[in-house]
Amino acid sequence: LVPSASPTSPESAPHRVRSPRPHHHERERERETDGRRPVAASHGGRRRPLQAQIRRGPTSHEVLMFEALREAMIEEMTLDPTVCMIGEDVGDYGGSYKVSKGLSEMFGDLRVLDTPIAENSFTGMGIGAAMKGLRPVVEGMNMGFLLLAYNQISNNCGMLPYTSGGQFKIPIVIRGPGGVGRQLGAEHSQRLESYFQSIPGIQMVACSTPYNAKGLLKAAIRSDNPVVLFEHVLLYNLKEKIPDEEYICCLEEAEMVRPGSQLTILTYSRMRYHVMQAVKTLVNKGYDPEVIDIRSLKPFDLHTIGNSIKKTHRVLIVEECMRTGGIGASLRSAIIDNFWDELDARPVCLSSQDVPTPYAATLEDATVVQPAQIVAAVEEICQS
Amino acid sequence: MQAVTREEALELYEDMILGRNFEDMCAQMYYRGKMFGFVHLYNGQEAVSTGFIKQLNQPDCVVSTYRDHVHALSKGVPARAVMAELFGKATGCCRGQGGSMHMFSEPHNLLGGFAFIGEGIPVATGAAFAAKYRHEVLKQSSPDGLDVTLAFFGDGTCNNGQFFECLNMAQLWKLPIIFVVENNLWAIGMSHLRSTSDPEIWKKGPAFGMPGVHVDGMDVLKVREVAKEAIDRARRGEGPTLVECETYRFRGHSLADPDELRRPDEKSHYAARDPITSLKKYIIEQNLASEAELKNIEKKIDDVVEEAVEFADASPLPPRSQLLENVFADPKGFGIGPDGKYRCEDPKFTQGTAQV
Repeated sequence: LVPSASPTSPESAPHRVRSPRPHHHERERERETDGRRPVAASHGGRRRPLQAQIRRGPTSHEVLMFEALREAMIEEMTLDPTVCMIGEDVGDYGGSYKVSKGLSEMFGDLRVLDTPIAENSFTGMGIGAAMKGLRPVVEGMNMGFLLLAYNQISNNCGMLPYTSGGQFKIPIVIRGPGGVGRQLGAEHSQRLESYFQSIPGIQMVACSTPYNAKGLLKAAIRSDNPVVLFEHVLLYNLKEKIPDEEYICCLEEAEMVRPGSQLTILTYSRMRYHVMQAVKTLVNKGYDPEVIDIRSLKPFDLHTIGNSIKKTHRVLIVEECMRTGGIGASLRSAIIDNFWDELDARPVCLSSQDVPTPYAATLEDATVVQPAQIVAAVEEICQS
Repeated sequence: MQAVTREEALELYEDMILGRNFEDMCAQMYYRGKMFGFVHLYNGQEAVSTGFIKQLNQPDCVVSTYRDHVHALSKGVPARAVMAELFGKATGCCRGQGGSMHMFSEPHNLLGGFAFIGEGIPVATGAAFAAKYRHEVLKQSSPDGLDVTLAFFGDGTCNNGQFFECLNMAQLWKLPIIFVVENNLWAIGMSHLRSTSDPEIWKKGPAFGMPGVHVDGMDVLKVREVAKEAIDRARRGEGPTLVECETYRFRGHSLADPDELRRPDEKSHYAARDPITSLKKYIIEQNLASEAELKNIEKKIDDVVEEAVEFADASPLPPRSQLLENVFADPKGFGIGPDGKYRCEDPKFTQGTAQV
């Protein structure tokens, strides 16, 4: 789904400043009084991840999502020569979704490494390289292919900092497109975030706009933790104006998409757009939902989520994972654990059907959550 | 056989005695209830570890499997740190968090210790890739040449996909890595001959375009000679080598293995080729040292191993507060709690009582 309106309305701007968080405000003030520009601050010495800086204005440029990711790669690879890319067709071919177009000409084919088809081994290679001081970005051509790399991601990526007693860090980024596309068939339509979420020691984020795609990829590259960045096959051509000035998004924070008062809708990735489409209908019907893009799939930003639930007392989760064992299942559980007393209604989760994604368009449409279902669910929750 | 100096011979002897005595002590400690879980001992294979690893410098990397104690010792990890790790103490090389199958030491460039077979080979390939990257991209060069990585693994692993995938990639990019196969003929109870269509593992090297060498893994001087050549090749940037070491483990697969399938005549054949006995004989016959000097080395190592046990015994168990440390290099990865603070800022966090 490619929305016709720009996803960048004032409502959908990343919303850090409004959520009260004393520690972060302190850090923000410190940074504002530090006269140096963020870029200069990150040269040499220890790198500190920057918080999102919202400076929209005359100095912005329009990009498509894949270009935003590409900009992030170029910027980070220019700033830090230990950042490199590993994956199938990332070099000569420019990436199957063009995220690395032109990069091997810019940085050479050792830094933008075209691999043979051996996901488990080249992911493991990325891990070994990370242990020895490099900062690899491993691309899964489709996230589904990373099922073959599960051994390395779980056993090594997630575990080695711990089993080595903290001697090694694994500053690796694993990224790629997943999710249900347009009749790509069952194997190319998977949601690997469900399968990876239990792995201790990794962080998982999902981007949904060109702005947060660039910001999250930069933050993921700078993080000393292994980060899995989930992109979506259908979102690569989203268009948005992003700042010319450098910025980072916080890996652990959720994004306020539309403030509201009546109920909290939690979503991420492509479903954000189904939600916003449903919101148009809901607003016409007089509802006032608050929409949060959770962005951080592991760990959950329980502060932003909690503040919202304390305001609205009703929750709807809209996800693309299957009903069983998805991000929504974990999120619902976390909400019940942490915010039970705030709830006036059962937290509802809309997920995809527990079905291998069928090829036929009508069946495929029926496996994922559609805006009409979201509207119906909101109406039911608000009336209960 | 290549000539070896007195100093070199004594270094080799001492390292093999250390490996043998340490493993014997592990068996004792295990049966006394000081060590737990799966423990895989290296007795009989010392020539491979010593022959290869003693050729390395500090920046060179070693990647091993679950049979990793002796690789750690050869690479220079102190015996007390390994023993304390095996006892699950906080002073272990991995703070007690890894155990027998997960020995790591950053200062010694020991990159593990892996429990699943084959999964260390890609990590070793990555370390070799990083060495090439440092030289070509970061322009950090050493007069010795490229830093070399050794990947140790067994005959069973040579039927695993990761082995083949990494042979391909290492040769493709001429990575400075040596694939060292410790072919001890058995993968737990599976004989190499029953599981492998072509049992001559060294032949799989040329199939990928790299040299494949077979060496008598019970003879430390022969291993050393092959190792030297392979390491020099790698340092010069000429790429990987596959070395198949014919060796044997004198004990079972692990301390839990009753070892009933291997025939007595096979065991006695290899016992007669004990690498330590062979080297001792060579040293005496070549007048490189006297029996008394060798006995001194043995006594010295006895003391080292005893001291390691005393140290491990006296060391504290990890406190509860250690539970959540090192899960992430950056503990912000535990996320932001409902109160808006990063969880790791919670004082209960380091006490290990915070709920994540």
